[in-house]
Amino acid sequence: MAQDDRAQTGRDTREAAAVRAGIAVRPNEFRQRSGGKREKVFELKGVDVSYSGTTAVKGISMDIHRNEVTALIGPSGCGKSTLLRCLNRMNDLIPTAEVKGELLYRGEDLYGSRVDPVQVRKLIGMVFQKPNPFPKSIYDNVAFGPRILGRKENLDATVEKALRGAALWDEVKDRLKDNAFGLSGGQQQRLCIARCIAVQPDVILMDEPCSALDPISTGKIEDLMIELKDEFSIVIVTHNMQQAARVSDRTAFLMVELDADEQNRWGRLVEYDETEKIFTNPADKRTEDYVSGKVG
Amino acid sequence: MGIGDASAPRNRLAVAGARATTQAMLRQQPRGDVIRNTVFAGLLLLAVAIALAGLLALLIQAFAKGSSALSTDLFTNPPSTAFPEKAGYRPAIIGSLQLIAGVILFVVPVGIGAALYLEEYADKSRWWNTLIEVNIQNLAAVPSIIYGILGLAFIVRGPLDLGFILAAGSLTLALLVLPMVIIAAREAIRAVPDSIRQGSLALGATKWQTIRTQVLPASIPGIATGVILAVSRALGETAPLLLVGATVFVTFDPTPFGTDGYSAMPVQIFNYALRPQEEFQALAAAGIIVMLVVLLAMNSFAIWLRNRYEQRW
Repeated sequence: MAQDDRAQTGRDTREAAAVRAGIAVRPNEFRQRSGGKREKVFELKGVDVSYSGTTAVKGISMDIHRNEVTALIGPSGCGKSTLLRCLNRMNDLIPTAEVKGELLYRGEDLYGSRVDPVQVRKLIGMVFQKPNPFPKSIYDNVAFGPRILGRKENLDATVEKALRGAALWDEVKDRLKDNAFGLSGGQQQRLCIARCIAVQPDVILMDEPCSALDPISTGKIEDLMIELKDEFSIVIVTHNMQQAARVSDRTAFLMVELDADEQNRWGRLVEYDETEKIFTNPADKRTEDYVSGKVG
Repeated sequence: MGIGDASAPRNRLAVAGARATTQAMLRQQPRGDVIRNTVFAGLLLLAVAIALAGLLALLIQAFAKGSSALSTDLFTNPPSTAFPEKAGYRPAIIGSLQLIAGVILFVVPVGIGAALYLEEYADKSRWWNTLIEVNIQNLAAVPSIIYGILGLAFIVRGPLDLGFILAAGSLTLALLVLPMVIIAAREAIRAVPDSIRQGSLALGATKWQTIRTQVLPASIPGIATGVILAVSRALGETAPLLLVGATVFVTFDPTPFGTDGYSAMPVQIFNYALRPQEEFQALAAAGIIVMLVVLLAMNSFAIWLRNRYEQRW
């Protein structure tokens, strides 16, 4: 019952943040937790991304579903990370980046003129490739998000909940005041996940979150993703196909495409389907070659 | 078995020969290399010796001449033209302290502000921002007397028209060291990795929140180091002060906005050193010792601060 209340509060703040972001909220979408796995979080329709006029990814159309782990896989340079960074407007930080096409978040244009990217990032959090804890205490790292959002009541409880959510609480509960740089790489990455879930986002984007970690830490984070998808929608970029197969519900395979005279290259979505299908019975020959290790 | 026995002596010989070659290779260094190494190391040592000799000569001379005049009177007594045995640096010390206080007040907000703008807001692909950057580098190398003329024309007279007051001198010194502070602060800000900014922005922080809560705290040790070094430079400056009214001879405690004149340590030292009498020479040397100790302490503190608090990423 108490659990329900908390979840409810989390949703309310999310809703409020969505309103502030200029994204019209359809209350049902936020309330229908259990209703239908097929509910869409993102709808991409012909999305192109370019840097200083050079196309990085082209014509991406896909739907990303709620309470699922969606994996983006593909060889280096195929634009997986570029695509991921469009989803919470991190690409806005690169002045020359340009996003074309339609990118809807819960039915609203994420790149609409009234949408504030800062508000978008409150709803759509991100975990980076290299753990990037702030040079502060473990507690202050997790409390950072709630503090800047002005949610200062019950901060201790929020921090504890987030650290428990990231399966880190037992390891750090006695040294919350220690500098986060003293943690191991795997712990730092889980701290970054805790930091992210402390602001109660709707979606968590993960950009190769395990590529700098050892296998044991990787396993812990993979377990965590599967747990977290009950509460959040997760999109993960990974180089590691086994990881995609282990954690994701749906997998998108991107590939590098060259133009006729091989001067320009960009990423293209080859196939997007349920993970099981992608890995056992892909529709496209290129997907099959890639997941079976023949290319890439 | 048979083969092994027969070839054993020859194998031993071969092994011994190989070992001798190895020994020779390990031990013999070509003679030319040895000489070149020694000569080069000697030249480098000479360079260090020349650099240190200047400082050493200054220290020895200052101590030899000034140790007799070192006393607490130096800090408490006003200068005097008639009684060198009673003369001190009190107004000059108070003047210098007020000058650098003003420098800090001006340079910290303006320097950090300019550095933050250039690092965090300015679009580096625009030519005018590159121009600003090059100009700040240049400003740091402009001779201090030029700043004196600037202070005289724009601060003492001209647009600001403050008159020959201590605050005007302070402002002139602040302009002189401002480029140093901007450069040091920019380096400190640039040393904060982008991953920290992105981590903060990805949590929904605004740009200003990111700067205030992440970038600035992480770069404060570097900025503080730059400010201290800049202030120690301002403390030692003489030329611009002479132009903006640091009167050479003041016997009363100066105030920031008083119109009766003010003095500063290096100016007072200069004044004593100009006098022919042995006693004033000793007084000047004692002043030099005080200045050296203060500057050395400030610079050491800056280095300590940097090593102790600088964030390693």
